[in-house]
Amino acid sequence: MFKAFGIVNCSSKNIWVEGLQDYRPIGAFSFLGRYRVIDFPISNLSNSGIDRIQVYVNNKPRSLTEHVGTGRHYGINSKSGVLQILFSEERSRNDIYNTDIAAYLENMECINMMHHPYVVIAPNYMIYTCDYSKLIDQHMESGADITLLYHTVDNARDHYLSCNVLNLNKQKGVLSIEPNQGTAKNRSIFMDTYIMKKELFVELVQKAKEMSSAFTLADIVNVECKEMDVRGVAHRGYFASITDFQSYYDANMGLIDLQKAKELFDPEWPIYTHTNNSSPTHYYKTASVKSSVIANGCMIEGSVENSIVGRGCTIKKGAVVKNSIISTDVVIGENVHVENMVVDKHSQLTRIKEIVSDPEHPGYIKRADIL
Amino acid sequence: MKQNSMLAMILAGGRGSRLHDLTNKVAKPAVSFGGKYRIIDFPLSNCANSGIDVVGVLTQYESVLLNSYVAAGGRWGLDAKESGVYVLPPREKADAGLDVYRGTADAISQNIDFIDSFSPEYLLVLSGDHIYKMNYDKMLAYHKQQKADATIAVIEVPMKEASRFGIMNTNGVDDQIVEFEEKPANPKSNLASMGIYIFTWKLLRKLLLADMKNPDSHHDFGKDIIPTLLNDDKRLFAYRFKGYWKDVGTIDSLWEANMDLLSPGNELDLSDRTWQIYTEDVDAMPQYVGEGAEIQNAYITQGCVIEGEVKNSVLFTNAKVGAGARVIDSVLMPGVTVGEGAVLNRVLVADNVRIGKGAVVGSPDSENIELVAKNVKEAE
Repeated sequence: MFKAFGIVNCSSKNIWVEGLQDYRPIGAFSFLGRYRVIDFPISNLSNSGIDRIQVYVNNKPRSLTEHVGTGRHYGINSKSGVLQILFSEERSRNDIYNTDIAAYLENMECINMMHHPYVVIAPNYMIYTCDYSKLIDQHMESGADITLLYHTVDNARDHYLSCNVLNLNKQKGVLSIEPNQGTAKNRSIFMDTYIMKKELFVELVQKAKEMSSAFTLADIVNVECKEMDVRGVAHRGYFASITDFQSYYDANMGLIDLQKAKELFDPEWPIYTHTNNSSPTHYYKTASVKSSVIANGCMIEGSVENSIVGRGCTIKKGAVVKNSIISTDVVIGENVHVENMVVDKHSQLTRIKEIVSDPEHPGYIKRADIL
Repeated sequence: MKQNSMLAMILAGGRGSRLHDLTNKVAKPAVSFGGKYRIIDFPLSNCANSGIDVVGVLTQYESVLLNSYVAAGGRWGLDAKESGVYVLPPREKADAGLDVYRGTADAISQNIDFIDSFSPEYLLVLSGDHIYKMNYDKMLAYHKQQKADATIAVIEVPMKEASRFGIMNTNGVDDQIVEFEEKPANPKSNLASMGIYIFTWKLLRKLLLADMKNPDSHHDFGKDIIPTLLNDDKRLFAYRFKGYWKDVGTIDSLWEANMDLLSPGNELDLSDRTWQIYTEDVDAMPQYVGEGAEIQNAYITQGCVIEGEVKNSVLFTNAKVGAGARVIDSVLMPGVTVGEGAVLNRVLVADNVRIGKGAVVGSPDSENIELVAKNVKEAE
């Protein structure tokens, strides 16, 4: 039995992805044609040997629940392992109380039942790989009360604007956690990933509630870090935070580069997903595909360039797809030109022939829309 | 959910020696097909889609991979309560010594106890090495309608090719079989047996018990059981199947069957969501298509990385084609790597083979498809 259980948390009120989030939580967003964002945190936990996992959902639970299911496809042991989906109704009703603390309080009974001494908390809206078992060892050796994971970036002035940043001293002690105001380019972006003793976690949740009904876990840790030993650990490797529409687009597009993708995909650290028995993809005689990532089950007669095409899509003759993300089961009709777009699931783009957005501001086509 | 009263047994013990090095380490039913499948996925998926709950898989030759592969019945949805895939290699029994399966009928005979434990009314016997989609439940309805003792699925083949098959001669009125001829020199009919049989279990059981004791028998369905049924004036019917069906017994036919997937609107249609072919899940990345890639008329699956040219070809899981390489009229099995600038024409490359940079393999005007089963060195 492993020493920690895992929590995969959902986004709070400060984060909103235009369009896509109307239909599902960020964890259920299609990613790179084949995955959902939540596949990354759950695969990380599973690969780290953590097979007691709580997945929190605060609104539109259907697609996430269907995708995560029993968790078997993540390699979670069918007897000793359990993946629980915990819904928080309070969060769905009123945005001011839409905090992680509210969700933990609502599900405290389930948290108390976990007999593991440690907890790993990871967000369902960030993409990275990390061996939590090493991180837990490091945490135990350091004697810290709380370990926080962060990623150093040099573009915080106009990116990661819905994220928090850590202010650290030279010994990597956390001085404060505060929202990224975009005032400096070099920042330590907080990856909303925590390691601590379960007892301390429960204690902090209670404390937060007493201080303010609108407090988040980050808020209470920010208060407590003056007294407690809270340390930051730098994460290396690929990192993306899906916290607004542009960051969703950028994270996908950035991984079209195979060398970049190799930073994220390691054969020794598989990313599992829920598959759906699609056949391979058929490239027809008229197809032209370059610099793209293509999922299975597609029929491609047209041309695709610098794009991501999800499962089961049809790209008809003469169609051009450029710099776009096409989600699952989309039809791009004959001679339709799609450029700089995110096209949501089940859409059919057949009548309007020019669907082009400004490259600086990619556009969005609604789920199941007919254009 | 109890679905129907038919139990299926898949004969998967053969080596398929005409596939040469492809079946050195695995039995023919485990050979890869169509980008992401294995041959045995077809009969197993057909069983699942036909509402059959219990499937026995009779394995013998190099069965380690096959045994573990089919044992995970959940892959095909054969994992509901009272449903399952059972791996049945030859075994030692209290009243009989360990013996290999001496023939197709003997493989069933040695598992009468297994079949009895489910007390089915009908037994479906399939071979594990054909590519096709078929609803066995419809065939069972036909079997019942004809009040048959045995029903054999047949497919019409061109008359000039009929002498390559086991041919069913019928009475010409209602497809009742009057004669069976194995590879006849002068065929009287073009109804070829597909190696798919439905038997009324009670009768077959009796015949098998007798057959086991018969020292002159080959213990084979075609050679012994079917002729016995005919001699006894039992009711045997031919069930006509229309659609795609292929025995992928040779390198050429395996290559051809893969190539068939490239024709638009092909009869096998693996993208049909109403009759899916299920297979194992692999943790592969999506397909990566590079800047200099050129892909035309190809069937490509997850994990592939294409940086060169791919034409008229089928690429299996994790196949990689380097920059400047050309893959034409070829089949690349799982894990094949084609080095930069290599040129492949009319070849079938076996699992995990590496083709070195600049190597030239196969030829555009070869008569037969070349099997590449060993790594090919980089060109000097």
